[in-house]
Amino acid sequence: MSENNSKAEEIVEEKAEEEEQEKKKEEKVIPYLEDVPFFGLQKLIVLKNKGIDPELIDEYIAKDGYQAAAKALLEMTPEEIIAEMKTSGLRGRGGAGFPTGLKWEFANKSEGDIKYVLCNADEGDPGAFMDRSVLEADPHAILEGMIIAAKAVGAHQGYIYCRAEYPLAIKRLNIAISQATEYGLLGNDIFGSGFDFHLEIYQGAGAFVCGEETALMHSIEGKRGMPRPRPPFPAHQGLWKKPTVLNNVETYANVPQIIFNGGKWYAGIGTETSKGTKVFALTGTVKNIGLVEVPMGTSLRTIIFDIGGGVPKKKKFKAVQLGGPSGGCVSEEFIDTPVDYESIAKVGAIMGSGGMIVMDNQTCMVDMARFFMDFVQDESCGKCTPCREGTRHMLQILEKITRGEGEPGDIDTLEELSEVIKDAALCGLGQTGPNPVLSTLQYFRDEYEAHIFEKRCPAKRCPALLEFEVDEEKCIKCGICFKRCPTEAITWEKKQPAKIDKDKCIKCMTCITNCPSDAIF
Amino acid sequence: MDTDIVAEDQAILDDIALRLSDFGRERGNLIPILQMIQQRHAYLSPGSIKMVAEYLEIPTCEVYGVATFYNQFRFHPPGKHHIKVCLGTACHVKGGDIILENFERKLGIKDGETTPDKEFSMERVACVGCCALAPVVVVDEDVNGHVAPSKVEGIVLGFQIEKERQEREKQENESG
Repeated sequence: MSENNSKAEEIVEEKAEEEEQEKKKEEKVIPYLEDVPFFGLQKLIVLKNKGIDPELIDEYIAKDGYQAAAKALLEMTPEEIIAEMKTSGLRGRGGAGFPTGLKWEFANKSEGDIKYVLCNADEGDPGAFMDRSVLEADPHAILEGMIIAAKAVGAHQGYIYCRAEYPLAIKRLNIAISQATEYGLLGNDIFGSGFDFHLEIYQGAGAFVCGEETALMHSIEGKRGMPRPRPPFPAHQGLWKKPTVLNNVETYANVPQIIFNGGKWYAGIGTETSKGTKVFALTGTVKNIGLVEVPMGTSLRTIIFDIGGGVPKKKKFKAVQLGGPSGGCVSEEFIDTPVDYESIAKVGAIMGSGGMIVMDNQTCMVDMARFFMDFVQDESCGKCTPCREGTRHMLQILEKITRGEGEPGDIDTLEELSEVIKDAALCGLGQTGPNPVLSTLQYFRDEYEAHIFEKRCPAKRCPALLEFEVDEEKCIKCGICFKRCPTEAITWEKKQPAKIDKDKCIKCMTCITNCPSDAIF
Repeated sequence: MDTDIVAEDQAILDDIALRLSDFGRERGNLIPILQMIQQRHAYLSPGSIKMVAEYLEIPTCEVYGVATFYNQFRFHPPGKHHIKVCLGTACHVKGGDIILENFERKLGIKDGETTPDKEFSMERVACVGCCALAPVVVVDEDVNGHVAPSKVEGIVLGFQIEKERQEREKQENESG
């Protein structure tokens, strides 16, 4: 009897608990958009028009589109446009951060009847897709920015250099150009102002170095995309030796709003030296993957943990990589660094075009450096010796280290080579190429040393330094590795630890990445 | 068989000759012309390169110099199914190199090669710009996200089953 009673009580208690939970659910209201950190902490200027139909010019016009172009063409002189750009403090978003107003001023003052306006849409940084999204989602913003730039420098012909790997972007740009031409927003006598501007798309053919301005111009001329020494700068002698202005996609997307709202409005956002917002492509081991646009000066921690939602459970934040193959890693120690051109450079990375790759403790930093060096070496155009030969030697040393054949002195050689390449390479590709190695050496030297002296990869990422054996004490006998192994090299039975047959094992890492208890070494 | 190849080559060259007149003879049109040829015929044959050189009145070695500089251009016909394994940073962090290795093992070819039966060809690419889906593999025009080694088996197996099904249907049609 008493047993029954206690059971009944239990049931009553359970019911009460359930009701309480239901109540809690009811109380939980749907938050406003700005109360969700992912949206609330962002400020949208470049991505303002997300969600409009990019293939309909009317939707862009409904969002104040082409008003800035009208203002620039009908009411402003080129000097006024340049002054407004200088007031705004906008700096090139391609990575180097050169003041846009100043660049336009140089081109404006260059003598010559024929000048060109170019848009660099050759987004080649692995892990970056900001420009692609803008090109695909809001192509008219770039067209409008280029019209304003053309008026400012006195150019009547423009080219968008878009990489061929972005077919949708090319399609939408073509649609945008034909619609704008139909509306009289491109072509002869725009808005009846007497100003002519024609725009064409030029498809890149897959060379990373063509993101460098002089290489890009050589490519449009139908030559090998190799950079040349500067000066003369493109503002004086660019495409076909005529004065040329080249800006990045994101830079152009900022221009219409600066002209529409005024340079002072733009200068009110951001920090002392870096104005406005920056779009980042947040990827890697982070919960919210995608584009984020934040005011300059926002800390990396806010971007990764508040907006990005942090690293998924069971994993630990290790470092964030900024600026792709030209940039560097920032360790947890400096995660409170604000994003602006100077602060980021101080901690050994660069602002770059906006790739932000979050890495957890399963990422080996030596392997990461090897990966970027492989990329730089592969994309080096071969014109100058420090880059062509130096990166090859650095890659060989890094490969040797990840194979477990590293020798004492390798780190010193890497540092020495890095300095020489940085000083002596012809263009930005080589000058910044050693950065990933230098920054990983700065923060994760112990990992290099573990590879070289202990023949051990702390992150368990370099197959040559792993045994592929099961730690029977750690093994929870779950059988996941057995099920996932593509070569049936693992034997396992219920309640028994797994065993790996080394003759069948191809070291594909599947078992190690999937093991929930980190038992394979 | 040899005559077939010659005939096929001739058909390609005839088609190119027809299209070349759409382009001006300026040097700046070199890359767009090469892109047009590759888009229509999947690769640049020695004959087509010679033709372009003659059209633009520049040496053949100049055309080769430009074409080999850019990653986009191929000089051998690709397989029926072309597999691009993304090795961008985000894909690398999530194990893109392991996926490449799996394809290499499964198909028995290395990066940039075509299987002897001309069914598959494979190349590694730097970044296809969909890092949110890492690791990514683009098969023909289809983007496959979150690829794991087991999915590699699935992709290849899918094509093999499809091929067998088609052959069976063909046989049935012939016998019936």
